[in-house]
Formats: sequence, C-alpha cells, structure tokens
Amino acid sequence: MAAGAALEPMTRATAEEIAARNLEAATDEFTLVVERHRPQVFRFLLASTRDVDLAETLTQECFLKAHRNWGSFRGESSAMTWLMRIAINLQKDHWRNRRMQFWRHTQTNSVDMEDAGEWLPSGESSVERQLLAREQVSHVWAAVKGLSERQRTVFLLRYVEEQELSEIARATGLSEGTVKAHLSRAVTKVRTELGRQQ
Amino acid sequence: MNFGKNIGVERSERSRQAASGASHIEDLALEQTLKNFRMSVVAWSDAAYSRPRTVTQTVRRRSWRLVAGGALGCALLAGGVAGVGYERHQRQEAARIAAARVVEQQRLVREQQNLLREEQAKAEDEDLLSKVDSDVSREVPSAMEPLAQLMAENERQ
Repeated sequence: MAAGAALEPMTRATAEEIAARNLEAATDEFTLVVERHRPQVFRFLLASTRDVDLAETLTQECFLKAHRNWGSFRGESSAMTWLMRIAINLQKDHWRNRRMQFWRHTQTNSVDMEDAGEWLPSGESSVERQLLAREQVSHVWAAVKGLSERQRTVFLLRYVEEQELSEIARATGLSEGTVKAHLSRAVTKVRTELGRQQ
Repeated sequence: MNFGKNIGVERSERSRQAASGASHIEDLALEQTLKNFRMSVVAWSDAAYSRPRTVTQTVRRRSWRLVAGGALGCALLAGGVAGVGYERHQRQEAARIAAARVVEQQRLVREQQNLLREEQAKAEDEDLLSKVDSDVSREVPSAMEPLAQLMAENERQ
C-alpha cells in the first residue's frame, strides 16, 4: 500500500512526460509533412485556381486544418493523399462561397491562360518549337478552363501531380471507375481543343 | 477470287496499321503536350512559391484602397447631393426671374394701354370743343337775323 502510494506521483510524471514527448514528436512529424508537401499542395491549388494569392491562402488553410486534425490522421492513406483531400474540399467550399457571395469579389485575380502558358522552361531546341509548345500549353489551359470541377481536379492530379488512379480515387472520394471516366472525358476535351489549333 | 480477297484483306490490314500508326503519333504528340503543360505548371508554381512575400504590404494596400474607396464614395455622394441642391436652387431662381419678367411685361403693357386711352380721350375732347366752336361761330341770334341778311345781300351785289 505504502509502496503504491510512493509510486503514484512517479507514474503521473511519466505519463505527462510521454504525452509531452508524443506531442513533440507529432509536431516534428507535422513539420516534416509541411516541408515535404506544401509546394505540391500549392501547385495543385495554383493550377486549379490560376490565382497565386488565392492558392496561397487555400494552402495555408489546408495546413491549418491538417494541423488541427493531425491527431485523427490514422495513416490509412499517404499524408499527401490526405492533404489533397483537404485541399480539394477547401477549393470546393471556396467556389461554393464565391458563387453565393459573388458581389464580394467582383473581379477575379486569375491569371490569363496565355500568361499561364508563358511559364514554359526553355528546354525546347528552337524558337519555333518553343513558340509551338507555348501555344499548345495555352490550348491545354483553355481546355482545362472548360472542364467541370471534378474533371479538372482529376486531370490535374493525373497529369500535373502524376498520381495513380487509385490515389486520385482516394483523394477525391470517387471510385476508380468514375475517376477513369472523368479522366477520359477530360483528355478528349483537351485533344479536341488541340485539334482546333491545328 | 481468293487472290483478290487476299489483296482486300491486305489493304484493310494496311489501312488499319496506318490508322493505328497515326493515332500512335497523335498520342505521342498529346503526351508531349501534356508533359510541356506539367513543366509549365511546375515552373510557374516554383516561381510563385519562392517569390518574396508581401503580406503586410498587400494588407496595407488593401486597407489604403478601402479608405480611398470610402473617401471617394463619400465625396461622390456629397457631390451628388450638392449638385441636386444646386440644381434645385438654380431652377427656383430661374422660375423667380421668369415670373418677375412676366410681371414687368404686364406692367409695361398696362402703362401703354393707359397712355393710349388718355391720348384718345384728349383727342375726343379737342374734337368736341372745335365742333362747338364752329357751330357757335356760324349760328346768329334771331334778333340779329335781318342784319345778317342785309350783309349777305350786300356781299352778293
């Protein structure tokens, strides 16, 4: 009994220490996740919105939400897939709010498709080829703009983030078959847009 | 007959191969375009991600814009109200001037009519007096009638 009483404060201290250590470890872990995935999440949101400021704001919101729910992340999917899921939902909420409160932002900060196409690294051999590549990229942007929200998300996750269909399905909450169908329609639209250019 | 059939099969096979070759080339072109698209997004995203952050400036600029917008809005509102007031005052003034002009014109017409009436009355009086004068000068009292007749006979002779 006496021994038990003596042990009690020590046990409590150990539990607190463990909790503190766990919290520290979780913070370190989350810091690593932010460092590793932040550029990727930002890139996806930038490609989806074509608005640098908005993409930054949504990226910050995404990681804030992820930080709040980090404890509930059970690792069933990769951290990247989990973050993408949050980013996709935030983006959806944003467009929904924007539609409801369109009078708040009368003008969009979205970059023009041709300006977005200007960001092609000069890896092409000749000036003509570079110009052609830029033009093609602009046409892809035009096609992406015309895609539905889901088609755009699936298309960008596949061809910009180079994710597997299964990963896309997990991130979007759709079945693999639906992802395939959306992707196929998106690619057809891109192909048609490129065909119009020729 | 069989030979002809074989030629037909060969032709259709060749056209199928040609079609599949064309679609393969198309796929390669699309693949290359999508690769370029990805590179473009990555380059743009990298540049945007590593750009210097100007959060404070943006906020300041936005608040400055808000203040400027508010001030401009107030100025426009005040200007509008003042404009409406000024216009109303101008209208009232113009109406007052027009009314004064009408009154003045009526007064002048009345004066002219009075003058005309006075002149007419004067002329009528003068006519009457001259008629009376002539009538009085021609008529002779009955007592003087024989004398007047004599004077007339003398004049005839």
